[in-house]
Amino acid sequence: MNLELFIPELSLAAFAIVVILLDLFTRRKGLLVAVSLAGLVVSAGFTIAMWGGGSQAIFNNMLAVDNFALFFKLLFLGIAALVILASVDYVSKFARFRGEYYALVLLSTLGMMLMAATAELIAIYIALELTSISLYILAGFLKDPKSTEASLKYLLLGAVASAVLLYGMALVFGFTGETQLGEIARTIQAMPPQALLASPALILGIVLLVAGFGFKIAAVPFHMWVPDVYEGAPTPITAYLSVGSKAAGFAIILRVFYSAFGLPEWLSLDWGLIFAVLSAIGMTLGNVVAISQTNIKRMLGYSSIAQAGYLMVGLATVGLSPAADILGRSGLLFFLASYALTNLGAFIAIIAISGKLNSDLIDHYSGMGKRAPLLALALTLCLISLIGLPPAAGFMAKFYIFSGAVHHGLLWLVIIAVINSVISAYYYLRVVKVMWLGQPASAEKVPSSPALRVALSISCLGVLLLGVIPGYIMKLAEVAARMFIF
Amino acid sequence: MGFNYLTTIIFLPVAGAIIIAFLPNLGHRCIKRLAAVFTFIPLALSVFLFCNFDKSLGAAGVIQFGEKVSWIPAINAFYHVGVDGLSLPLVILMTFLGFLVVLLSWKIDLRLREYFAWLLLLETSILGVFCSLDLLLFFLFWEIEIIPMYFLISIWGTGRKEYSAIKYVVYTLFGSAMMLAGILSLYFTTGSLSMVDLAQSGLGSFTAVIPTVAIFFLLFIGFAIKLPVFPLHTWLPDAHTDAPTAVSVVLAGGLLKMGGYGMIRLCVTIFPQVAHSYAPILVALAVVSVLYGAAVTMRQTDLKRLIAYSSISHMGYVLLGIFALSQVSLTGAALQMFSHGFITGLLFAMAGLVMHNVDERDLRKLGGLARQMPIIAVIFSIGGLAALGLPTTSGFAAEFLVFVGSFSSTTVSGIQIYTILAVLGIVITAGYILWMLQCIFYGSPLEKYDGVKDADILERAYMFIFVAVIMLVGIYPAILTDIIKLGILPVV
Repeated sequence: MNLELFIPELSLAAFAIVVILLDLFTRRKGLLVAVSLAGLVVSAGFTIAMWGGGSQAIFNNMLAVDNFALFFKLLFLGIAALVILASVDYVSKFARFRGEYYALVLLSTLGMMLMAATAELIAIYIALELTSISLYILAGFLKDPKSTEASLKYLLLGAVASAVLLYGMALVFGFTGETQLGEIARTIQAMPPQALLASPALILGIVLLVAGFGFKIAAVPFHMWVPDVYEGAPTPITAYLSVGSKAAGFAIILRVFYSAFGLPEWLSLDWGLIFAVLSAIGMTLGNVVAISQTNIKRMLGYSSIAQAGYLMVGLATVGLSPAADILGRSGLLFFLASYALTNLGAFIAIIAISGKLNSDLIDHYSGMGKRAPLLALALTLCLISLIGLPPAAGFMAKFYIFSGAVHHGLLWLVIIAVINSVISAYYYLRVVKVMWLGQPASAEKVPSSPALRVALSISCLGVLLLGVIPGYIMKLAEVAARMFIF
Repeated sequence: MGFNYLTTIIFLPVAGAIIIAFLPNLGHRCIKRLAAVFTFIPLALSVFLFCNFDKSLGAAGVIQFGEKVSWIPAINAFYHVGVDGLSLPLVILMTFLGFLVVLLSWKIDLRLREYFAWLLLLETSILGVFCSLDLLLFFLFWEIEIIPMYFLISIWGTGRKEYSAIKYVVYTLFGSAMMLAGILSLYFTTGSLSMVDLAQSGLGSFTAVIPTVAIFFLLFIGFAIKLPVFPLHTWLPDAHTDAPTAVSVVLAGGLLKMGGYGMIRLCVTIFPQVAHSYAPILVALAVVSVLYGAAVTMRQTDLKRLIAYSSISHMGYVLLGIFALSQVSLTGAALQMFSHGFITGLLFAMAGLVMHNVDERDLRKLGGLARQMPIIAVIFSIGGLAALGLPTTSGFAAEFLVFVGSFSSTTVSGIQIYTILAVLGIVITAGYILWMLQCIFYGSPLEKYDGVKDADILERAYMFIFVAVIMLVGIYPAILTDIIKLGILPVV
């Protein structure tokens, strides 16, 4: 039993508990932020220390500690740190439950870290629920009607998705008699092809898994919850949902589908095509509907549906490429990292601006270029990155993920995707236009707190760095993509 | 490897942009001077490169002043810049324009800081396109240009500026989307992003992931939108008309050339067979562009719109020269790009000056200004005559080469007829240019324009530079054609 391999998770759980307990005894709520951040840093330290080591499995092959999992753990810890920094002002307005807020963020991060590592169906389900339940609560934290509606909608639809997912898992288990991904793969490969085709159970199970996970990553047609939840939830939580929960969803999909259903080839071609079609529909619908949005959080909600579509180009590539080819997986990892930085940056800027305006309407952003030049510049950079223009990260990410797709015969999907980026430019630039061309409603400056400034600088620097010299992160993504043990 | 000339030329403007954008407490004069300095040094350096460029025939197809550094090992991308005979004239063109537009913008006073920052960033991106020898780098610079253009048109423009700006962006993005698909297909066909390797090996020994014809046209659409080629030209009149003067100059002078440059550098060089077999269609398209562009220009009454439409017709000659696929015609096309950059740049500058001093852009309401602004009248007339291809101006040399080259070309049967049709375009050009000059400057002077200003000393200075280059190349075209030939020889 290699408990030391579980230390990042254990330490994070310990810090979450400390935050809750500390909340009882201290009046200085700033301490809670410090402790939460310390927890993330400590956990990240342990994670980095394990990087590059051989892949191992713990708890009877339930959890994999490979570079793939470590890459995602670092990503989630980074995301959580930025979210916490972005929350400081927002949370200070709450009268109660500040400690719980930070603790819940840490717990859902813990859930995501587990999601990246699990290699067994039941553990997957538990990790997923740990993440989701924390997020259900966080979405309703404002307790106004919209936030409550968001929370309830998320909970109900999330519960349905979990049920679908469980049903899919049950079918896969029933078909193979195994819950461990590696074992499932071995059983499937040992069966004669006729046996696989004779019973619809496996295919049905896979389809249900796609549906269940599709909910997490906001893939069309499982995206209904996104706009309402994004609009109603506290903005830092919206940011968290849009990057953390989505990245975790992609991590788990990659592991399950690549490890368990990667062979035989016709099977992986099948789910590859499912993802390709979902991707095409997702980005088109997300982008087209985003055009008519007037609320910036809703707009970014639809935009995140579209971005999930681009990300699924990577999944489709993984399905269509031979198992040894890493381009699809590393492209997906790089895109996730770049998308996380970009979207977080955009949301942090929105938190700062909307916090002053008390409004999320795009029209109210008018003249922001004069009232808050740096915030507006940062938001512009992030929106440019979302379009996929240089010198921002989004450009490299798209180039990288699409290059894999073209390599494996998905040129049609890439053409749909690039045309979609053109459509998306229209609504992203509308925000830019309003900010720089509109007349300010008042001459009053829009201030931002130090915590927000730090968080925003980190994400914007990251966006630029990944856009101009992406070599290092691409290398990490390649190493991570190569190290799968199950 | 001594001093990194090209890197300095490319990135000095953007360094200036960053300084201007972020250094606090800069006065207006200071910003303008900074911008002038940060564009003048690249100009001086590019002239220095021109003088030190190896012009011997042995240098044909050789990349000079190259710099190559590993950039993204994961996808085999390099930071690789260099110039050959094809790109050097365009680099010089752009550094000239970059400096001249700063002088042209001396009277701007709206949001000065942002204006010059975007203008300098624009120069970097265009220079980058001409110098890049790596497909990803090329595409990166190609895309960067969109954002400054969007801001420059939509903030400092006139008329329906926001509409024109977003139209420009959507058109360009659509083109570059196609181009990206083409570049990716190319990348996976050969496994290399190096434009030098691709140019040398071609696609001969590789099996393309999709038919080469498809790759060719994916790239071609991207370039054709930029050039622009009929029927993908509709963004151009709007963008030109509504852009501020300096941006119109860069747009017509520098940006359009990216399309022609890309066609020669990628389409023709890498896919000679495809270019060969589709040349008849493309040449026909070129003639349509020439004649249609000229005909539409004839009936414009807005000064800037008229010059904008004339670009479509003049870029038609570039397309004709490229796809006539003979050495002379390609040289002519490259020279036409250089020459048109200066001529149309001058025309837009003069039009901007007239509009600024008189505050009127409707040709029907202008008249008799030759008396009130004699210097502008003379220079504008020289620019107009150069545009219609009068001998001793660069316009004549370039168009003459295109016509000779395409008339004698053997690649397309019946190209003689196309050439003759295209020559007719010159006649129409003469018609609208002379009509425009007549409308603005001749006839009896109007009383309401008494006392309008003529060009001041700064304006005379940049006029002189424009005219000097146009005449120099017109009288002694070999100064450029000797260099261009070195770039064209390996293509044909």
